[in-house]
Amino acid sequence: MKGGKIKIRDFHEAKWDEPIIFELSRKGERGILVPEVEKEIEEAVGDGISVLPEHMIRKEYPALPEIAQVRVLRHFLRLSQETLGATINIDIGQGTCTMKYNPIINEILAKSPEVTEIHPLQDEDTVQGALEIIYKLDLFLREISGFSKFTFQPGGGSHAIFTIISIIEAYHRLNGEGEKRNEIITTLLSHPSNAAAPAVKGYKVINLYPEEDGRPDIEALKEAVSEHTAGFIVTNPEDTGIFNPRIKEFTDIVHEVGGICAYDQANANGIIGIVRAVDCGFDLGFFNLHKTFSSPHGCGGPAVGAVGVTERLKDFLPVPTVEFDGKKYYLNYDIPHSIGKVREFYGVFPVILRAYAWIRSLGAEGIKEVARVAVLNNNYVMRKILEEVKGASISFPKTRHRLEQVRYSFEKLKKDTGVTSEDVIRRMADFGFHLWTSHHPWIIPEPFTIEPTESYSKDDLDEYLTTLKKVVEEAYRDPEKVKNAPYNCPIHNIDHEPLEDPDKWAITWRAYLKKHKKWE
Amino acid sequence: MKRKLGLIINPIAGMGGRVGLKGTDGPEALKRAIELGAQPWAEDRTREALRKLSHLRDEIELVTYPGSMGENAAISCGFSPIVIGELRGERTTAEDTKRAAREMRDLDVDLLLFAGGDGTARDICDAIGQDLVVLGIPAGVKVYSAVFAINPLYAGELAALYLKGRVSEIIEAEVLDIDEEAFRKGKLSIKLYGYLRIPVKREYISGAKSPTPISEKYNQEEIAIDIIEQMSDEYYYIIGPGTTTKTIMKKLNLDYNPLGVDIIHNRKLIGKDLNEKQILEIINNKKAKIIVTPIGGQGYVFGRGNQQISPTIIRYVGRTNIIIVATRRKLNSLHGRPLLVDTGDEELDEQLKGYYKIITGYHERIVYRISR
Ligand SMILES: Cc1ncc(COP(=O)(O)O)c(C=O)c1O
Repeated sequence: MKGGKIKIRDFHEAKWDEPIIFELSRKGERGILVPEVEKEIEEAVGDGISVLPEHMIRKEYPALPEIAQVRVLRHFLRLSQETLGATINIDIGQGTCTMKYNPIINEILAKSPEVTEIHPLQDEDTVQGALEIIYKLDLFLREISGFSKFTFQPGGGSHAIFTIISIIEAYHRLNGEGEKRNEIITTLLSHPSNAAAPAVKGYKVINLYPEEDGRPDIEALKEAVSEHTAGFIVTNPEDTGIFNPRIKEFTDIVHEVGGICAYDQANANGIIGIVRAVDCGFDLGFFNLHKTFSSPHGCGGPAVGAVGVTERLKDFLPVPTVEFDGKKYYLNYDIPHSIGKVREFYGVFPVILRAYAWIRSLGAEGIKEVARVAVLNNNYVMRKILEEVKGASISFPKTRHRLEQVRYSFEKLKKDTGVTSEDVIRRMADFGFHLWTSHHPWIIPEPFTIEPTESYSKDDLDEYLTTLKKVVEEAYRDPEKVKNAPYNCPIHNIDHEPLEDPDKWAITWRAYLKKHKKWE
Repeated sequence: MKRKLGLIINPIAGMGGRVGLKGTDGPEALKRAIELGAQPWAEDRTREALRKLSHLRDEIELVTYPGSMGENAAISCGFSPIVIGELRGERTTAEDTKRAAREMRDLDVDLLLFAGGDGTARDICDAIGQDLVVLGIPAGVKVYSAVFAINPLYAGELAALYLKGRVSEIIEAEVLDIDEEAFRKGKLSIKLYGYLRIPVKREYISGAKSPTPISEKYNQEEIAIDIIEQMSDEYYYIIGPGTTTKTIMKKLNLDYNPLGVDIIHNRKLIGKDLNEKQILEIINNKKAKIIVTPIGGQGYVFGRGNQQISPTIIRYVGRTNIIIVATRRKLNSLHGRPLLVDTGDEELDEQLKGYYKIITGYHERIVYRISR
């Protein structure tokens, strides 16, 4: 496609009508037949089971699917044809998730035996290379953020937030203020985990509501702070793509009442290399290595929420940290007020490695370029949507200055045609595109969010936009067509109602079996 | 069995609006409207809604009243309605609406769709209370009650979803009574008249990062538990009207008046459905807090439906002792517009301006602005 006419894809997704793997199970079927234990071996080591304490020996086999290798393979390959993943579509429609191209070379590195064949319990002397990578990634992230030390232990962004809140709690407890400081302040448009993690830890959560320009008001913060303030945690820019340039005034106000300030930089794509967390007055914060730094974000899979802290909070980090004494890298368990462990070992190593490789391959200038291109792409898309996509608008239209993503609204489209953003999403899938909404707390009507990142070319962006435009034009011409979409996808229309009914939803097979009886 | 949809149109609703009258309550106003050349438009609005239901023509039974009260609109949209009742005069009256609603209740319709304004909603409320699930097609001059869809299109869509069993949540929504006489003179005087049961569709999309939104009822309960947890015996609590505030009474197993102002102390009921004077007598020389929730869709915290909590009382209690509660859905439905006060005392309204920590859930606050 050479900048000429853009083609609307004639797409059709595969349909396999594939059951859940548990339903494929056949009693006695095996993927691997383990050889019988030979007599001599049994004589030497015993039966391998009776050495276990009685109470630890299973009475029943685990309820895992019993299935042959070839059927396993077929199953997952079929499922893979029924998804619209980040590397198969132009995945700019999954705003808030920073879906970018994660270089395959970094994947290859992470799959090399030097990585896969080491064990976290190996002696330090035998894994100096791995420890060096962990340590140096810490140094790189310090430079990017201005913080003094990082831990890679948390297994995701929300987990990192939980770690941060635990550190804030430990800090106040040490100062004898644990009871009194029982409130965490955040903004309503910050990532929902910014509110959820403190709630789980028993804090009261105070949300600042966005003003007309999409930003929280200083006066609202002043109403919120008090001697009960334990901390302030905020995503900036929020998922609207709007940056709060007065953030330093916010952190100052929180510091004045003795609170700690935390920065959710899960998605650092719009500001990486440009804005440093410490310069905004933050005491700690985190990056999602699985969003910004060369690992895919998805499914809560193996991930790393890298938490960084300033000097005064170093003593609260989880153990162990990785240190260097000038000669040797080592694990340091001697952290006086450590909150303990938040996860086993030192972080998901392949993710750490990919982040390290990504930073090394880009260098300081390259990293700044990531942010610049992400912002440029985003502003191009915004401009095109505002000028060419009828019925679409941006949230908080007073603020035209957006960083890496924009939350848009199809409110007008719905008023004009009855077609909702959910309908558009389903229709986009007919052309092989993913558009989703993750729009808690839903204060923007008929939302959709586009986050183009730095990975996509102008041609890619134009292809996406052309299709979006086509769907919207269709909505004006023939709304029912869009409302009844999709037509080219394996699953046509999902009834959401059971998701609201605790008697019906099931997130495990076991729960499904239990509840299934009731359905019939 | 086919699901039954009831339809009642108040054919004269909205006629005043186009000719600059603020409503057609009462025969005099209606006469004046007709003299000024008003045309019926409730039927047009109903047709807009029915079009969104037309694909269900063969799957539902539409029950309606004769002629302009529904039959005409239904037929023109391709329905073959079951027409019940009869019109008794040349012009329809509130009595016709009420009779129709009662007859539909007797037929046990699954959903009663009605087109009109606040007056029509009050008639339905008088006739059947909360016996049926209803939904208003906004077709009046005044549609301040929370029982109306935003526009006829949405009304039709929501009705279709409900009849298909796709919407399971029912909430009690406020019916408001606006003094038309005062309204014509440019003053808004609103009373909370009662509640009707309406379906609500929660907006969410599967696959989103956030969990399924919780129901309105559960949200009200968590707010009530938060309030009860922080109640202190030092204070008298003045509980304003609203289903959110009254959930506190329910949780405490106290009797209450759904439309009035009650007072509790020591978790016991001190007075029910009180007027200004009674409130003042009870809190005299005592410490007190006011618990209020915005009434109707406009976001009024004071001066709409809770006028009993007068400027004198608000001043006595003091700004820091005002506790505002609101469900997330209610606050979000303002789309960022500030909360409002209209106590009738300008100086006080001015003092009440500014930010408040609204209680929106258990241990959850949203800092939100009151403006005038
Ligand atoms: C701003 C922000 N914070 C936190 C998170 C949570 O990260 P995770 O999904 O790894 O728990 C995300 C995830 O997308 C995010 O965008």
